[in-house]
Amino acid sequence: MTILGPLLMAGVFVVPIWLAMRDKTDHRILVLDKTGIFIDKLPDSKTIKFTYGAESLPSAKAKLKDGPFDLIMVIAGDPINADRAEPFLYYVKQPGMSTEQYISNSMENILFDYRLQGDSIDVSKIDRARRPVEIQTIKVTQEGKDEKTNTDTNMIVGFVCAIIIYFMIFLYGSQVMRGVIEEKTNRIVEVMISSVKPFQLMLGKIVGIALVGLTQFILWILLTFLIQSTVVNVMFKDQLADVAKQNAQVEKVNRNDLSANIPSMKKVKSPNEVIERINEFQNIDITKILICFAFYFLFGYLLYAALFAGIGSAVDSEADTQQFILPVTVPLIASFIIAQAVATDPDSGMAQFFSIFPLTSPIVMMVRLPFDVPVWELLLSMVLLVLGFLFFTWLAGRIYRTGILMYGKKAGWKEIGKWLFYKG
Amino acid sequence: MNPIIEVKHIHKQYANHVALDDVSLAIAPQKIFGLLGPNGAGKTSLIRIINQITGPDKGEVFFQGARLSPEHVDYIGYLPEERGLYKKMAVGEQAMYLAQLKGLKKNDAKVRLKEWFRKFEIDSWWDKKIEELSKGMQQKVQFIVTVLHEPKLLILDEPFSGFDPINAQLIKKEILELREKGATIIFSTHNMGSVEELCDDIALINKSKKLLDGSVKEIRKAFRSSIYNITFKGNLLGFTNAVWAGAEFLEKKSDDDVHTVTLKLLRQNKPNDLLQAVLNSGEILSFQEVIPSMNDIFISVVEQRQTANTQSSFTE
Repeated sequence: MTILGPLLMAGVFVVPIWLAMRDKTDHRILVLDKTGIFIDKLPDSKTIKFTYGAESLPSAKAKLKDGPFDLIMVIAGDPINADRAEPFLYYVKQPGMSTEQYISNSMENILFDYRLQGDSIDVSKIDRARRPVEIQTIKVTQEGKDEKTNTDTNMIVGFVCAIIIYFMIFLYGSQVMRGVIEEKTNRIVEVMISSVKPFQLMLGKIVGIALVGLTQFILWILLTFLIQSTVVNVMFKDQLADVAKQNAQVEKVNRNDLSANIPSMKKVKSPNEVIERINEFQNIDITKILICFAFYFLFGYLLYAALFAGIGSAVDSEADTQQFILPVTVPLIASFIIAQAVATDPDSGMAQFFSIFPLTSPIVMMVRLPFDVPVWELLLSMVLLVLGFLFFTWLAGRIYRTGILMYGKKAGWKEIGKWLFYKG
Repeated sequence: MNPIIEVKHIHKQYANHVALDDVSLAIAPQKIFGLLGPNGAGKTSLIRIINQITGPDKGEVFFQGARLSPEHVDYIGYLPEERGLYKKMAVGEQAMYLAQLKGLKKNDAKVRLKEWFRKFEIDSWWDKKIEELSKGMQQKVQFIVTVLHEPKLLILDEPFSGFDPINAQLIKKEILELREKGATIIFSTHNMGSVEELCDDIALINKSKKLLDGSVKEIRKAFRSSIYNITFKGNLLGFTNAVWAGAEFLEKKSDDDVHTVTLKLLRQNKPNDLLQAVLNSGEILSFQEVIPSMNDIFISVVEQRQTANTQSSFTE
């Protein structure tokens, strides 16, 4: 899993790019333009080359079979005034979606400019009229300084953290549970606890898997990043450049060179936005987020892992875990659902309660955090989480030390309740 | 000598069943101590308390005179009845881990392990995974791990289960050798044959109570019931007539004129009286006292207690 994980993750990034790039076939297109609008105007790309001709369709079709063309496009009628221009594309072997998309985009751009020019409308005026609105949220800090923030970015940061915590708790929590069940069914546990205290063994298991998880996690991030960037850069270098060029070309055609005068128009999809997002990250107070992430990740995991260990000790096989695992997974899943509601309204009473309640706070608080949580709420939430961790670990420890020595008897809730009060 | 382990008035209760009821024991050092009892008698509960896996509800345990405490676990080696190892781990790695858990230094552990592996002729298993070994092979590894840190007290719960006769013999030899080297061994079993063979002292536990304890020799002596076995050549009728008033006949076997008779002497009759009676009836080929086996004692004591219980419940 350690190595496979990053490969899979990288795959998730790389495969779509690869799929998009796959349509590498060269196309030579013979354009029979009876309207004359498009002649010599369709831009060639690296794989798509346009040639213009005037012969009849039957004689052109012969060329389709023997080459050099693999596509014939026939443009007829009145594309300028039609509701929808409908050129015909003849093929022997069907071209990919991206080819079709490229052709129709290019034609739309040409028609757009043509129509505007026909109506004597200045393209730059249209662009001017269509400038977007983007709300710039600015936070007034305690010191009275202004800080630029962005609700979207805040939500994304909070959510990504919450999702990571959610999955890690599930993944490594159930790993703890399986480990305990394994030790129990192996019967090695009796040897172990003749050397160490059951509580020590349980904590050791939890901490051990936490370290495994952390190693894996770091490795995953590093490897995923490494594999992804290497693959993308090496394998798809040409294609990426190609796409960039193509986009630039399309945009150039689209703007008809006029948009160069209006820099704000380029904002969408420009690299500026990435830089802006990064700036906003910095405004969120990345250290605070990181510290809180580490804290909630750690204690959230510890709390749930203890519960999972308690469950593992009470059963004889993984199949028996169902009835006990539900009360543990319900708050976890619930907090994930609550988190979505919290993101839209981070200061509601519900958001406050669940971001302080220890079983849900690791996930809910992470979503709230980028929206500036009052310090006392954050501290209360943290203290309660630590107390919750201590309490549940103690509770799980009581169940554990009796549970691991019970074989063959299927314990119910009542039985487990009794274990809590056995003397050491 | 001071006992290595002293158990004083231990009570242990689970939900609604009493596992141990006022059990006291003293185990002398450098002895093999048999902890006997039928299934569910409370043996494992007692062993777990000595191992500090669980604590008693009442009572105390002393290790070499000091109250039992966590630092004593390094002096104890425990082979549980239900045993197992981490299946996915390599044999050597696992043995090293368990040895270090018992406080051995890494290098010592390695040297000792290599020695034991050679002794048991399992050197080649070092890098194998536990799950690749047969059950008997796993038991060998587990035995080594139990004794590796040279514990003063070795607790073996049914140690021979899962071993073939040859390996059981090997383990027996090792147990005796460990005693020679100074270890005390608590040996829990219901296999009475191995008790007579190995144990110096025993305690018999049934239904959470200690019924009996002491040295094997003395217990067997105490359970002597003047039963003798005599084989002679001659006249059976004459013999019967000579002794009938002083003995109860339990069993007779005849092969032509060779007779084997098992009988119980009654009243104050001594073996010599019996012999005198026989002298006139024929030629004595063999004469011996029948000492009850541990098995007989075990069964008779457990059954006696049960009938006593039923009787007392009648009177109540």
